Order: sequence, then structure tokens, then C-alpha cells
Amino acid sequence: MIELSINTDLARKILTGFIRSELTRVGFSRAVIGLSGGIDSALSCALAAEAIGPGNVLAVRMPYETSSPDSLEHAQLVIDRFGVQSLTVPITEMAAPLIAREPEMPNTRKGNIMARCRMIVLYDQSEAFGGLVVGTSNKTEILLGYSTLYGDSACAINPIGDLYKAQVRQLARAMGVPEAVIAKPPSADLWTGQTDEGELGFTYDEADRLLYLLVDQRYRPQECVEAGFDEAFVRTVVARVRRNQFKRMLPPIAKLSNRTVGYDFLYLRDWGT
Amino acid sequence: MKLALAQINTKLGDVEANLEKHLSLIKDARAQDADLILFPELSLTGYTLQDLTPSVSHRPVDDDPIFRPLLEASREIDMVVGFVDEDTRHRFYIANAYLSQGEVVHVHHKVYLPTYGLFDEGRFFAWGDSIRAFDTRFGRVGMLICEDFWHASPPYLLWLDGADILLLTSASPGRGLNNDERLESARWVEHVNRAYANVFTCFVAHSNRVGYEDGLNFWGGATVFDPNGALLARGPYHEEALTIATLDLNQLHRTRVRLPLLRDERTRLVQSELNRILSK
Repeated sequence: MIELSINTDLARKILTGFIRSELTRVGFSRAVIGLSGGIDSALSCALAAEAIGPGNVLAVRMPYETSSPDSLEHAQLVIDRFGVQSLTVPITEMAAPLIAREPEMPNTRKGNIMARCRMIVLYDQSEAFGGLVVGTSNKTEILLGYSTLYGDSACAINPIGDLYKAQVRQLARAMGVPEAVIAKPPSADLWTGQTDEGELGFTYDEADRLLYLLVDQRYRPQECVEAGFDEAFVRTVVARVRRNQFKRMLPPIAKLSNRTVGYDFLYLRDWGT
Repeated sequence: MKLALAQINTKLGDVEANLEKHLSLIKDARAQDADLILFPELSLTGYTLQDLTPSVSHRPVDDDPIFRPLLEASREIDMVVGFVDEDTRHRFYIANAYLSQGEVVHVHHKVYLPTYGLFDEGRFFAWGDSIRAFDTRFGRVGMLICEDFWHASPPYLLWLDGADILLLTSASPGRGLNNDERLESARWVEHVNRAYANVFTCFVAHSNRVGYEDGLNFWGGATVFDPNGALLARGPYHEEALTIATLDLNQLHRTRVRLPLLRDERTRLVQSELNRILSK
């Protein structure tokens, strides 16, 4: 049985506690979030506002010249709804000169440049505002590797990375994220008309259900086919998950000594706190 | 008998800070006339120690700087504390110490170290090799730590060894979020605690960590069940709390008159069948 619905009260309690604990124990009381106008960053923003108070959350809007005006408006709805502090830092002046160097640059490279420019802005605001960057990647996109390494996946802590897209939607609704944000098709908004599902070639609902069986329930791929999933779809998703493992870990260090960071030098980040 | 369940957060690897919290809660428990206070697994050190393990170990002896104040405090109230025990051969154990009247009454070393899934205890700790009940001023008692009671044999052995009160401690990472109002990990632990109280007709108390270590949450929810399996007290989920339960020890008498499972337990049969199974 594929049952993705969650107790949102419990999720809310655990995730706001997580944000509070992991910020304050390292000496911070504030958070910085890149607000795209989409549902994932809206949920992270709502959780952070509830965890540490809206005045301690800085939502940063970072439009590029090709970004949809809807994205800015939707982000504003979220800012107004949760009462967080906000800032708009267009990235066109940063990204456009680099992109202009190659007139034939494919969309993927442009998208990566934009995502990494936004990361630079967020980490700069992290220093300026004195807050940690709170991540906005959900479990579905982390598993599929649908993100830019050192771009939108860069953060200090991630409260929503163990929630599938459908669960993000459920929790976002429970927390009062504006319906316009919840209802619109997910998009990285890197170029006009881009949607996640168009780019991936399948829907998040399908991906959520399959990943739930593969990852959470430890089904073998063949068992997923027997459970009714299209074989080619299963193959595609399994390959994506494997191919993008590198995005889910720190770069491997070549071992030479008897004790090496990553292999046998093992401490939690919360060491001593 | 008044039992205090201390579900606390800890500072990872900061034994002195955790000791201060212990002494403060011991004071609170005393103020509420508690006779015994039960701290969670690794309450003096934090749970996910990894390479911190050798730097946070202590010996449960009078001249240890951490145990001295605890032993002193145990003149006023009995206590169970969780720590890393380093033996004379420098093996490290996840341990519970029962302290009373300035003495170390009993030390239990965790006998089942989960080393699978999100757990990696067997990498850092040695396996304990005894399961013994011991006498206290409240009767005979047994202590188990987390994974110890995911196996049925340790509580069973304690029961046969005379324990009428099981003192269970955990640092149980919360997991299994679904539609239920509790996490799957909480539901399961409460389920077996109640089951042990029922089938062994004994008191079962459980104290669990709260707080976070990196992305792990600990869910708290301390409980005490009586020999009928009735819930006597429950702490809140995910929050620090000192939960007080009053145990009417005469309930053992009443339950076992009604339900003489202990009297009828056929230990010789268990032994002969175990011998047969193990000799295969």
C-alpha cells in the first residue's frame, strides 16, 4: 500500500523544533531563505517563521531577467502571509555577463549559473543578516538529483528534505501557504515555460509513489513493476537516483593516512553542542 | 514508591554540562518527594558519539569527578544514569548505573548494539555480556537499554532472575512519520512496554531522550505501566519533562493472585527446549 499522507501537526512540531535547535545550538537565532515563489521555499519559510519568529527570518527574492513576474508576486504573497523580513536582489547583473560570453549557451548551463548566483547572494546575506541558510530541497528532488550542485541545494540545514513532494504540499496547506503557490505547476523558473514535470518527463505524483516503494519500503525494481509501475519509468528513476548520488554527498577524499576526514574521523556537526 | 522519569536533552560530548542538568533535575525530583529518578540512555554524554566515545568515558567510582557528585546526591534519592563505561582493558560500553545511598548498586552494559540502518553502535562500543536483576530498597529490579528490549530474551531473563520492576532507558531516534498521531518508533516502544508489563505482570518504566542531534529527533514520551498493563504516567512527546508516577507495589500481589503467570512459568521446559534447539 502506498500511503504518503502524514500527520501534519507532528511534522510541524518536529521540523520547527529541528530548526530552532540546529540554529540556536551553534549560536544563531536567525535564518535566510531564498524565496522563489514556489511551494518548497514557501514551506521552509513558514517553518522557519514559526520556529524562530518571522522577524528573525529574511526571505530573499532573486529574480533573473527571464524569471516569470508571477514568481515575484507569489513570493510576496508568502512574505505577507508569514510576516517575514524580505529583500529583493536581482541576479541579472551578476549572471548576464557570464551568460553573454557564449551566445549559444544551452539552458542547462544558464540555469546552473543562475542557481549558483543565488547561492552567492544567500550566503552573502547569511553573513550580513547573521542567519543560517535554510534549505528548500524536498526528498523527491534530492533523490532524483533534480538540483544544481552548490546552487539551490546549498544550505546549512534542511527541514524539508525527508518529505516527498506530495507531503510538502500537504504540510504547506496545513501551514497556510497561499493556495496560488500550492496550486501552480512546480518550476525552477530558469526559462520561460519551464516546468519540473516537463523536464523530468514524469509527474511528481508518479515519482513520489515509486520512490516511496524503492526507498522507504525497500522494494526491488522488479517488485515495483509487479506492483503496477511501467518498467521503463522504473528504469529511468532507478538510473537517475544512482547517477545523482554524487549530489548527495561531500566529495570523496583520497585516503593516504591512518585517519582521514570522511572515513574514520567521525563526528556529528552538533559535536560539543 | 514515587518514580521520576527525566526525559532530557543533552549536550553532545559535554559531560560536565550534562552533569549539571542531572543535578538540577535530581533536586526537582527530590522536591517532589520522588524516591528514584530514571535518566535516559547515555544521559551524561549524548547519543551519537562516534569518535567522541573514548573522550567521554567515566568509571562509576567514588573518586571519579562526574560520579562523585552523583553518588553524593544518591544519599537523598536513588537514580539510574546513562554513561560510557571504560573497563580496565579499555573497552567502551553503553552503560546504566544504579546509584543509591552513596553506593553503586549495579552497572548494566548494553548487550544488544544496533549496527544497521541509522545505527552504528557496534562500530564504537563493546557488547555487554550479562543480564542480571539486583536488589534495591524497592524490591528486585532489572535495567535494560533500548535495543536490549527489542529482543524478548533480556526482559524474560530479568523476570526469571526476580525483577519486579523493569527500568528501561532509550535514546530512540524518532522515525516513521505517517498519519498517526505518534511516530512509528514511539508506537512500537509503547506497545512492547505495555506487553512486557502484561506478560511478566511487573512494573515497566521507560525514560527516553528528547532534543536533536544533527537531523535526528528524540521523541521522549516516558511511560510507566503497572502489572496489569495499565498506563500510570506518560511524559510529553519531544519536550523536556520530569514525569512523576506513583507505584503501588502491592499491585504485584493482586495481579499475580489473579494471573499467576510467574508461578506457572515452566523454566525447565524452556531450558530443555533451548538445549535441544541450540544442540542442532
